[in-house]
Amino acid sequence: MAGIPHDHYEPKTGGEKWLNSRLPIVGLIYDTIMIPTPKNLNWWWIWGIVLAFCLVLQIVTGIVLVMHYTPHVDLAFASVEHIMRNVNGGYMIRYMHANGASLFFVAVYIHIFRGLFYGSYKAPREITWIIGMLIYLAMMGTAFMGYVLPWGQMSFWGATVITGLFGAIPFIGEPIQTWLLGGPAVDNATLNRFFSLHYLLPFVIAGLVILHIWAFHTTGNNNPTGVEVRRGSKEEAKKDTLPFWPYFVIKDFLGLAVVLLVFWAIVGFMPNYLGHPDNYIEANPLQTPAHIVPEWYFLPFYAILRAFTSEVWVVQIASFVTGGIIDAKFFGVLAMFGAIAVMALAPWLDTSRVRSGRYRPQFKWWFLLLVIDFFALMWLGAMPAEEPYASFSLIASAYWFGYFLVILPLLGVIEKPEAIPATIEEDFDAHYGKKSEATPAE
Amino acid sequence: MFKKLVTGAAFALALVPAASFAAGGEGHIEDFAFSFEGPFGTYDQNQLQRGLQVFTEVCSACHGLKQVPIRTLADKSGPGLPEDQVRAYAADNFEVFDEALDDFRPATPVDHFPANTALGAPDLSLMAKSRAGFHGPYGLGLNQLFKGMGGAEYIASLLTGYTGETKVEAGTTFYENTAFSGGWISMAPPMSDEQVEFIDGHENDLHSLSKDVSAFLMWTAEPKMMARKQAGFVGVLFLTVLSVLLYLTNKRLWAPHKGKKTS
Repeated sequence: MAGIPHDHYEPKTGGEKWLNSRLPIVGLIYDTIMIPTPKNLNWWWIWGIVLAFCLVLQIVTGIVLVMHYTPHVDLAFASVEHIMRNVNGGYMIRYMHANGASLFFVAVYIHIFRGLFYGSYKAPREITWIIGMLIYLAMMGTAFMGYVLPWGQMSFWGATVITGLFGAIPFIGEPIQTWLLGGPAVDNATLNRFFSLHYLLPFVIAGLVILHIWAFHTTGNNNPTGVEVRRGSKEEAKKDTLPFWPYFVIKDFLGLAVVLLVFWAIVGFMPNYLGHPDNYIEANPLQTPAHIVPEWYFLPFYAILRAFTSEVWVVQIASFVTGGIIDAKFFGVLAMFGAIAVMALAPWLDTSRVRSGRYRPQFKWWFLLLVIDFFALMWLGAMPAEEPYASFSLIASAYWFGYFLVILPLLGVIEKPEAIPATIEEDFDAHYGKKSEATPAE
Repeated sequence: MFKKLVTGAAFALALVPAASFAAGGEGHIEDFAFSFEGPFGTYDQNQLQRGLQVFTEVCSACHGLKQVPIRTLADKSGPGLPEDQVRAYAADNFEVFDEALDDFRPATPVDHFPANTALGAPDLSLMAKSRAGFHGPYGLGLNQLFKGMGGAEYIASLLTGYTGETKVEAGTTFYENTAFSGGWISMAPPMSDEQVEFIDGHENDLHSLSKDVSAFLMWTAEPKMMARKQAGFVGVLFLTVLSVLLYLTNKRLWAPHKGKKTS
């Protein structure tokens, strides 16, 4: 499967040969877990395992929760309290599931920004990147619908606000919104379909994850130098790589254990820290909460959504040119989805021939600014829609688009990259010293 | 230096909370010291029992606790009443509508505390979790780390926050309260000094009655808190050991492939 030459599974006994000629599953598993992996991968590369763990955690805890949950507007809230009070260990399972969503997003954001810094999105890994973006979108959909299920105040009003975004689409918006909700407003039909889709989407994500892994196992991993593994011969490839098992499995598990340590402390000692108090009030369609705020992981894009008000000149121009079809609300929706779309297009917007940000002196600083911009947007998304936050949001949104649409294409032309190492082995040895110079182990 | 900045930023991500929408008009929340704050804090069983008495004699006139099964009053990690007392408490204090009888009957331990919607008073089952006591600093909510979620502080601050001023608007009387968002609440001051007498002669000024009932409502909102913290502690210990073992395994595994670190 992999493009890097390496040893493959050879069936030896009669039984193995019998199975292999009918279903070569052992070979598939062998090739997958023994894949040659660049030996210079740093700690930013552990988040893929964390993400895989999160998906399993959410599916397992979710399936148990479904055994006790009732998707009905009159019963949902009480059934969650039933889980918290009467189900054996139910309070831990629910808190793990709720905080597991946050861990999932912490991991995915670090994973995405790692890809952005080390140029993991660049050829030949564009498909891996695009599938990753689809996973991210599916995650957002799943998390949003999952948050509706406890049927608290923020569940209900969050669902009302977010589905209202679809209502902003000109002409067909309102029918789409009604179709999504299963009625004129968020009600029992909405809760039921969100429950159904919340159960379905994780399995779609699991399928996409398999494609994601398949794609980068075909191209090989990127690595901190961005230099490709030598593929001339097996011997050459071995100088640049080590097999995934056991080297990277153990390393990734170490990373995972430390991450879970923090996660478990949050679940055990402050499980409601990342939640909204308002969601412990049962949904009430007649009473709007003072502030409707999405979960933290949506805040950066929520800030972009709100940044484009009718006072902004770009919005006014868009409105004028389209004869009012694109109003401020629709512009905001386009901007929000556009913010993710420009990220997905990074492989074609980045013109630099150097892959890794490590050897790009100017890129480094623009990238750091993007990270700061992301946190700024997250903070602004939680602030009320008033000055000075509105202006800050606009500046921060502008930078997000500017980074992808202007800076990435331009840097490739004006930036003078530093010298890159010829091989991964060279980089590894420069960092850890040559094997021959090292004291032999044991 | 660049690497450190990015690392720092990435770890800060884990600390950005959602509860960061402190806006104007928020009331002042006094920082009451409760026994259940912090990673090792536990409920004070005597305090929960006093709080139950305050709830029964004062709050239950208008408020319900519909999510709470009466039998849980016997929980060891809760008020821990003996079972016969729980049975007597249920029968003496509450009536529930029984569909089989098509009539009201005295409550039994398997029933929940009844809902009470007579005056539109909110249900108190989850009140301690549905109010944020602390947003700071800078709306980041980091105070929660040290002071707990703050809902119990909110309730105690509200009960002790009446200034005595009133106003009438559209036929409704509002009472000025320093803890309530907006400053004016429609609930009349529910308690005063020495309103509840404890059998053991425990202090019963307004401040300590408020604190006791707030602790009780924290328990009704989060009855499994002590078991949760215990699971948290055991898990953290276990994962610490696992991390150390994996660290050593990883170090030894990679040693033959790494020389002495040169940079």
